[in-house]
Amino acid sequence: MTENIYISLLIMCLTVYMIRLLPLLFLRKPITNRFIRSFLYYVPYVTLAVMTFPAIVTVTDNVWSGAAALVVGLIVAWVNGDLFVVAISCCATVFLTGFFF
Amino acid sequence: MENSSSINNTGVSGYPSTRKGWVLRGLRDGFPICMGYFAVAFALGIEARRIGLSAFQSFLMSTGMVASAGEFAALMLIESHAGVFEMITTCIIVNLRYFLMSCSLSQKLKSTLPSIHRFGVAYCITDEIFGLSSAVPGYLEPFYSYAITFISVAGWSGGTVMGVLVGNILPAAAVNALSVSLYGMFLAIIIPPAKQNRFIGGLVAVSMAVSWIFSILPLTKGISSGFKVIILTILLAGAAAALKPIEDNNDSEQED
Repeated sequence: MTENIYISLLIMCLTVYMIRLLPLLFLRKPITNRFIRSFLYYVPYVTLAVMTFPAIVTVTDNVWSGAAALVVGLIVAWVNGDLFVVAISCCATVFLTGFFF
Repeated sequence: MENSSSINNTGVSGYPSTRKGWVLRGLRDGFPICMGYFAVAFALGIEARRIGLSAFQSFLMSTGMVASAGEFAALMLIESHAGVFEMITTCIIVNLRYFLMSCSLSQKLKSTLPSIHRFGVAYCITDEIFGLSSAVPGYLEPFYSYAITFISVAGWSGGTVMGVLVGNILPAAAVNALSVSLYGMFLAIIIPPAKQNRFIGGLVAVSMAVSWIFSILPLTKGISSGFKVIILTILLAGAAAALKPIEDNNDSEQED
């Protein structure tokens, strides 16, 4: 059992860093396999989409606030892709709809 | 606007040509991430305080790990007095998507790039910083990632510490509103390319739909969110690669 918080943190930080480091360190040559290149190309889109939905709807106190934030986020991202503008729009939506739901 | 134009493949004009230019660009692009991270890390700090971590310990955790779901999992492990083996395996599973992102980003680095920068860029792999780093045309200038990371981690670690120190005085409605900020940023990363490319748009829609189905089916809803991300990423990105392989060009534009 790891009762010492500092040792626990060190173990976990090192583990997470290794996960990020090993591919960068050992995949030095361009990958020529077209399937693997295509797979890696699509990874961020799938990963971020899976993480966003349905979590955005369930993370708030009220499902309808989250759903409204999703709709507003989709529209704002479609019209104006700026990270900050989209993020703030989602937060404002949850805050304002919180008064109604 | 800058971010939407940086993700599609409209050419390299408008991108910095010097290291200093990339640093400035990174600080600017990283600013919204900093704000979003501050908000999310604040919620993390409140949780850290609840399980008994000090502000300093929370600072170490956030600066050393820089992972949202990963740190919530870490707090859960500390709270449950998990053993070393469980800590390591859980960390690997929850953060395995960074492994995939690192594989993906390895293709954006010049093969002659010194190892020191590989150690450096490895620290810069979070969902958002990876999103921006992989969206630049051609090879990645490491200092662009460093600049984004510098300002983002300031927001992330600062937010965690503030959450520990003053989290209990922030109104619940505000904390609730801040909880969606990261998801808004995810939408801002994936929707503009989905608008440009119908296949990516379809892939994003299918990914969200399957993710939702996974969360309600009795057989799959018990799967942890980190593990779900890995399973679906491998299945869906694999299916997408089989259905529509990217153009086979040998220049550095392969990543978008």
